[in-house]
Amino acid sequence: MQAIRIAAASRGAASTATAGHQLPLTRREFLRGTGLLLGTLAIGTPIAALAPSRAWALELKALDTATGDTLLKFGRVLYPHPILPDAVYALLVKDLDAMAAADPKMAAQLRDGVAGLDRATGGAFAKAKPAAQLAAVKAIEGKPFFATVRGKCVTALYDNEMTWTAFGYPGESFSKGGYIRRGFQDLKWLPDPPADASPPPHLG
Amino acid sequence: MAKIAFDDDSAVVIIGSGAGGGTLANELCQKGIKVVVLEAGATQSVANFINDEWKSFSQLAWLDARTTSGSWRIAKDFPGLPAWICKTVGGTTTHWAGASLRLQEHEFKVRTHYGAIKGANLMDWPLTLQDLEPWYDKAEDKMGVTRTHGIPGLPGNNNFKVMHAGATKLGYKEVHTGRMAINSRPRDGRGSCQQIGFCFQGCKSGAKWSVLYAELPKAEATGNLDLRPESHVTRIEHNAAGKVTGVMYVDKAGQEQRQKARVVCVAGNAIETPRLLLLSASDKFRDGLANSSGQVGRNYMRHMTGSVYAAFKEPVHMYRGTTMAGIVSDEAGNKPKRGFVGGYEMETLSLGVPFMAAFLNPGGWGAEFAWWMEHYSQLAGMWLVGEDMPRETNRVTLNANVKDKYGNPVPNVHFDDHANDIAMRNHAYTQGERIYKAAGAIRTFRTPPYPSTHNLGTCRMGASPADSVCNAYGQTHDIPNLFISDGSQFTTGGAENPTLTIVALAIRQADHIATRMSQRTL
Repeated sequence: MQAIRIAAASRGAASTATAGHQLPLTRREFLRGTGLLLGTLAIGTPIAALAPSRAWALELKALDTATGDTLLKFGRVLYPHPILPDAVYALLVKDLDAMAAADPKMAAQLRDGVAGLDRATGGAFAKAKPAAQLAAVKAIEGKPFFATVRGKCVTALYDNEMTWTAFGYPGESFSKGGYIRRGFQDLKWLPDPPADASPPPHLG
Repeated sequence: MAKIAFDDDSAVVIIGSGAGGGTLANELCQKGIKVVVLEAGATQSVANFINDEWKSFSQLAWLDARTTSGSWRIAKDFPGLPAWICKTVGGTTTHWAGASLRLQEHEFKVRTHYGAIKGANLMDWPLTLQDLEPWYDKAEDKMGVTRTHGIPGLPGNNNFKVMHAGATKLGYKEVHTGRMAINSRPRDGRGSCQQIGFCFQGCKSGAKWSVLYAELPKAEATGNLDLRPESHVTRIEHNAAGKVTGVMYVDKAGQEQRQKARVVCVAGNAIETPRLLLLSASDKFRDGLANSSGQVGRNYMRHMTGSVYAAFKEPVHMYRGTTMAGIVSDEAGNKPKRGFVGGYEMETLSLGVPFMAAFLNPGGWGAEFAWWMEHYSQLAGMWLVGEDMPRETNRVTLNANVKDKYGNPVPNVHFDDHANDIAMRNHAYTQGERIYKAAGAIRTFRTPPYPSTHNLGTCRMGASPADSVCNAYGQTHDIPNLFISDGSQFTTGGAENPTLTIVALAIRQADHIATRMSQRTL
């Protein structure tokens, strides 16, 4: 099976996923990391249409699979977007794993935090009911572990092209000539302002 | 490019190359005066500006350590980032949105018009609108401000259509695409706006006026400019007579250098400018340079700001086109019956998905936050910007507990909103929401202030040396050859985006310095 490997920094990872630099995973590569997250993009979504392969994989350097999976679910509770695939939330896990790999204290904070979420939900946060997950997250709001994961979400979940595609944000426009000929005033459900308030564009 | 020797004490040394310093540099060079510009940041260009919010932020923003204190929400959400301004050649004119409004007549005389307000350090400016009008005129011509000098307005984008529909339905009359220093037609060797939508990330078409490509190349062409990027000034030096003699700085190779000067002009923005004066304290000036009044660093203003975002059933695509070409000015006057003094402008604004996530509701999470992000393409947005109250206790100080890479204390920015600021913000939020509801919004959201883009007042100008730092020309009361050349000079803030006023003051200051130099009184 060909899989997109989520490997580089978050924006890079998104670019990798959408630009076709897929790297097939071999069994040896599977074994190198301490943890591994796998997923499949749903057929028929704009993101899947962009990706070179529907399957994706994330190798973890410092965290184990269960910890990574719990952090992914934690991200989904913090920023619940049913329209975003797990591949986006895996970017959060990848960034947190990188922090854990660089700093043992951070690794301990994440492992302890995940253990706390598991305890609060009677054993396994990842498998708990949504209401129980939400209650467990609310109970730790403002704590360092919560702040670490929530803070990382801001860039991991929203600064990648998969999310932009899902939300209808196209990113850069300069290479396409800006929007002067591409709909900057194409809104039709309100009246156009008069010319003295909004003069015609200079197209020359 | 001129090469001015380190021991040449005939030149004007300008610290900072933004709206104030960069404009001043070109104006002086045009008059035949030798100028050294020391800019802490590196040189970028139209070609290498980046249409990507976080990458551009890394490229342009001032990210040196700063600390915060006070009850403003920034101290909690962005404790290390009190201001969203730039460290690059051209300063924050690379990032600014282009809105170019004159202060109103009464805003130069707020103590007279507003009276004494408890907890506010109000003072009249030492100059009037009439004094500044000819210089505003020159600034608007230089910058190519739309709706002045026969320059047509910009075309409104979708975000403006929403603002216009709602505002006119409410009965607002002064609603248009603004006075913008962005070419609506080719002008001054620069092309017209391509509606790229990344004004804040550096204008890749060069249509937006920026010191980087509209002023400094002209200054270089005179042969009088010695521009030194990546040169961080650490101290201003003076002699026994109490005149400044030059500056110490760290160059791009990390070497400490001493540049002699005939005149020193400080234009590092309202955080770094007072910091540098305070860092330059000596046996003669124990409280820092030009600080006999004790006002250096005080009266820090950031404008009353806030944003309203609104979601609609239909698409808006607010990110397309000029970010801030849209304004409602009907609330800009002083109408104390509203429950506050001063006024505010409402201006179109949009953020991309990455910055929306960071700034819509900092610290926010959950289904509510997610709902707003998912409705991104159906959002319209506006920025609220109004006059805030100068307060002596809102101030920039040196934080001895945190050092920068040169071993100097970093600036701490302390800010508490005045009750007048809060009343104005609430009024502005309400009116912004009413505009969008009148246009059919299904939901509206009150976004708190972003890190400060308008940093003002920390070396205020005034008539008396007892309660101000500099005179109406930005010349410090205490040291005749030391000038303040940026927004730090503002006595009070007015409701308007400050860049046009900073540029007008810089042109006026250049005229003053040149005259005084030719008279040998400087």
